[in-house]
Amino acid sequence: MSTLIKKSLFAKLLALVKDTLTSQVVSLWKVFRHLWVATDTVQYPEQQPYMFPRWRGRIILTRDPEGEERCVACNLCAVACPVDCIALQKTEDEAGRWYPEFFRINFSRCIMCGFCEEACPTNAIQLTPDFEMAEYKRQDMVWEKEDLLISGTGKYHESNFYRVSGKAIKGKDKGEARNESSPVDVRSLLP
Amino acid sequence: MNWEVGSGLNIASVLIVVIVIAAMLIWVERRLLGFWQDRLGPNRVGPFGLLQVVADMIKIFTKEDWVPPFSDRFSFVLAPGIIMIVILMSFSVIPFAPGVGVINSNIAVLFVLAMASLGAYSVMLGGLSSNNKYALLGSLRAAAQMVSYEVFMGISLLGVVALAGSFNLREIVVAQENGWFIVPQFVGFVIFLIAGVAESHRLPFDIPEAEQEICAGYHTEYSGMKFGMFFVGEYLGLVLISSLITVLFFGGWHGPLLPPIVWFVIKAAIFIAFFILLRAAIPRPRYDQLMTYGWLFLLPLSLLNLLITGALILL
Repeated sequence: MSTLIKKSLFAKLLALVKDTLTSQVVSLWKVFRHLWVATDTVQYPEQQPYMFPRWRGRIILTRDPEGEERCVACNLCAVACPVDCIALQKTEDEAGRWYPEFFRINFSRCIMCGFCEEACPTNAIQLTPDFEMAEYKRQDMVWEKEDLLISGTGKYHESNFYRVSGKAIKGKDKGEARNESSPVDVRSLLP
Repeated sequence: MNWEVGSGLNIASVLIVVIVIAAMLIWVERRLLGFWQDRLGPNRVGPFGLLQVVADMIKIFTKEDWVPPFSDRFSFVLAPGIIMIVILMSFSVIPFAPGVGVINSNIAVLFVLAMASLGAYSVMLGGLSSNNKYALLGSLRAAAQMVSYEVFMGISLLGVVALAGSFNLREIVVAQENGWFIVPQFVGFVIFLIAGVAESHRLPFDIPEAEQEICAGYHTEYSGMKFGMFFVGEYLGLVLISSLITVLFFGGWHGPLLPPIVWFVIKAAIFIAFFILLRAAIPRPRYDQLMTYGWLFLLPLSLLNLLITGALILL
């Protein structure tokens, strides 16, 4: 029994020395070598990080290829929004197109989840890789339609809702949309 | 003005240089830790972030200097002063170069050890007077750690003292003219290094202020310039231990070509960098592991080292 204890004490001592040499000194050396390893830091304001094209950042409203507003004020984005940061009011122009009278996003609430983009049937609302949206005043975080609306098509260049939908507007009657056949006169089907 | 040990100019320059270096170490440490962790560290304020120290100082000076109403006011205010005074006093006996230094003392080694022991009062009083359980735990640990590590810190130096035949640090350096004491006293060097880390409670032996367990330990309640004094005191301790290792084991100012003071600074800087590397690489041991390691391994080893050294000198 006593030899066992002695042996274990000696073994403990040996283990301590071995541990110091193999574990501690080796880890010191390995950390020291990191002096020559390139840093992972991106020096942000001077050096911009690479932003992925599908990054969910600042929200925009886009226009269709004809330069008209895509948004049809269907309110699906406002419904999908988990933090209720989207507010809009539908109105209609003389051509019969629906559009938002106002469209307001409170970016101090927005969590950039992208649900509004998924919900949008007309590809109007889109998220962009821009994340630099700091403001000094909270009220400046509320963006109106003129702030959100861009002149381009955003990510989807072809998408044009009124050219594929059956809704009649000025200059495009029923049956004149892409891949749409003329309306059937139901009375002609009668025997 | 004459330039010799103890002249007014000498004292003033040693004081200013030591404090400035200790303050700059805040930046050096963060920078080096950054590089060792694949980061950059503070590099924004001034060239290479050098003015980070100035920014830190402005911050620390303008912070509210709060004394907790539940604390023992007198010793609470006294504690951070002690560590600064004690460590700056220790620098007075360090021989930086021939002719550079404050006192040429015959009991320099004993003086440094005595001052290091007094430093324990600072953390003890700081923790005790804060009237806070984390601070108390921290000062409890600090007291036990510093008292136990002081024992063989002194004993590990005795080999050097025996070889040089003097307690005078200046004579110890002169005795290393033809060979550094690291060679005959390697064991003593290793023990002194470990004891020095524990003494200046730097990582991995920063158990008195282990942030993850007990907030900030003994200086939990401190803020503003009082905290700053603890903070700079820690770096002063780091400079002191590095200087002592240089003086005792690495031949002080001796070296070819370059002027003596430059050699001293180079050697001390290497050890400061080594202490920072220790912080970057080694995790903190448990409290009881530290005490067991000290009393059951390092103390017998240092006694054995002293015994063998003495026997070889007598033979």
